[in-house]
Amino acid sequence: MSSSKRSTIIVEHLRKQQMWDAISKGKRLDGRNLNETRPLEIEVDIIKKANGSARVKLGNSEIVAGVKVETGEPFEGLENKGALIVSAEVLPTASPYSEPGPPDEETVELARVVDRGVRESEMIGLDKLVLVPGKTVYTIFVDCSVINTDGNLFDATSYAVVSALVSTKLPVFEMQDGKAVDTGNKQDPPINTVPVSITAVRIGDVVILDPSAEEEACMDARITVTTNSNGDYTAIQKGSTGSFTIEQIKKAVEIAKVKGEEIRTRLKELPKTG
Amino acid sequence: MREVKITVGVVKNADGSAFIEFGKNKIITAVYGPREVHPKHMALPDRCVLRCRYHMSPFSTDTRKNPAPSRREVEISKVMREALEPALILEDYPRAAIDVFVEVLQADGGSRCAGIAAASVALADAGINMRDIVSACAAGKVDNKIVLDINDIEDKEGGADMPVAYMPHLEQVTLLQLDGILTSEQFNECLDKALSGCSMVYEIQKQALMQKYFGNETELREEQ
Repeated sequence: MSSSKRSTIIVEHLRKQQMWDAISKGKRLDGRNLNETRPLEIEVDIIKKANGSARVKLGNSEIVAGVKVETGEPFEGLENKGALIVSAEVLPTASPYSEPGPPDEETVELARVVDRGVRESEMIGLDKLVLVPGKTVYTIFVDCSVINTDGNLFDATSYAVVSALVSTKLPVFEMQDGKAVDTGNKQDPPINTVPVSITAVRIGDVVILDPSAEEEACMDARITVTTNSNGDYTAIQKGSTGSFTIEQIKKAVEIAKVKGEEIRTRLKELPKTG
Repeated sequence: MREVKITVGVVKNADGSAFIEFGKNKIITAVYGPREVHPKHMALPDRCVLRCRYHMSPFSTDTRKNPAPSRREVEISKVMREALEPALILEDYPRAAIDVFVEVLQADGGSRCAGIAAASVALADAGINMRDIVSACAAGKVDNKIVLDINDIEDKEGGADMPVAYMPHLEQVTLLQLDGILTSEQFNECLDKALSGCSMVYEIQKQALMQKYFGNETELREEQ
């Protein structure tokens, strides 16, 4: 059952006051401007056993994503499409508050929002990954592990998934005697678009981008917007216990488009490996 | 928009309850609380704990749904709680809990919106202090056209689906989700459509509460 609870980290009242004062003057406690994202570091092909992998650092939030490609049955209702499954896990290493065990609702939301962003944008041309229609298709698993948390896991995880997929080399499977066999050859995945997720949070009346853990502990409401290469919206999720005005939402989705394009150029430059 | 019917006070044991028929959706919601928190360590010293459970009955869908809570239900329970929380004055009930149960008996697309609409009526019925009623409605894209309130069949065709929850009096959006591709113009059109749907649901919610507490609205006016 979903339940309201204390924020994961506790920020002192004085510190909160400092943050509000700074934000109302257009500056943030770490010196960033309101619409400034933290430095993004991306490293691909770090796991040789995976078909594609990436390590992403957004500020101090650190995510490792790995791609594994297999063959299997298609999803019900999507018989003529390959399967793409994105999952995420917050490791016990990630913060003093994360524990091993089944995922809590925040982790479930993280995994589902990231999955939706990648899937709904139709990033991968899954219709090209069918071996026998309705029977055997490519199954692409993208598993993410959060190594360290410092806010905005939604964007960091999404960048890790996209980076890992962009740098993936798919094994070429062939049907032999009714079985899918790995030919040992490699191919580029059919990439249609590069989805980019941008998260904004509202603290008081001010909307800021890419919140740190400290800022997330003080936020009233959160909105994550994913755009594709055309600048269209492909997924949105409002989160946290506060609300937004219509103007704030319209502003947030506009910024997501502009900032998304900046991040997209970074993701497109990634080398192809695998 | 599909036909919406809300009946208040359908679960006798609950502190507040509502039954909503939103097209073919049939959803029962019950509110218990404010009451003691169990387990006790979950209690918050300065405000009330809001707990929310969205659940689909195994017989509510075309193929039987496993009764165990799915990841989808876990997420919907969370977004539903976050959609209702801004409307509630939880500071009025420190160290207590309010439990909201949303049971989908028959699903036909847009069940989270219908559930939120019914749940906020049930919360009002339970006499919880509220800032506003949360109304909810989805809009989406079918055949490249922006339409209000998509049902199950339209949803599975896979245009775009955007559920929105809104507090019409405070003009605050408390839930916004989107899957599917929308251009900027389509997004704005979709948001406007969804908000207009919310206003319609708001009227039905108010009427349902009036019906229970003041009898027929027209009769009331005549008396005045």
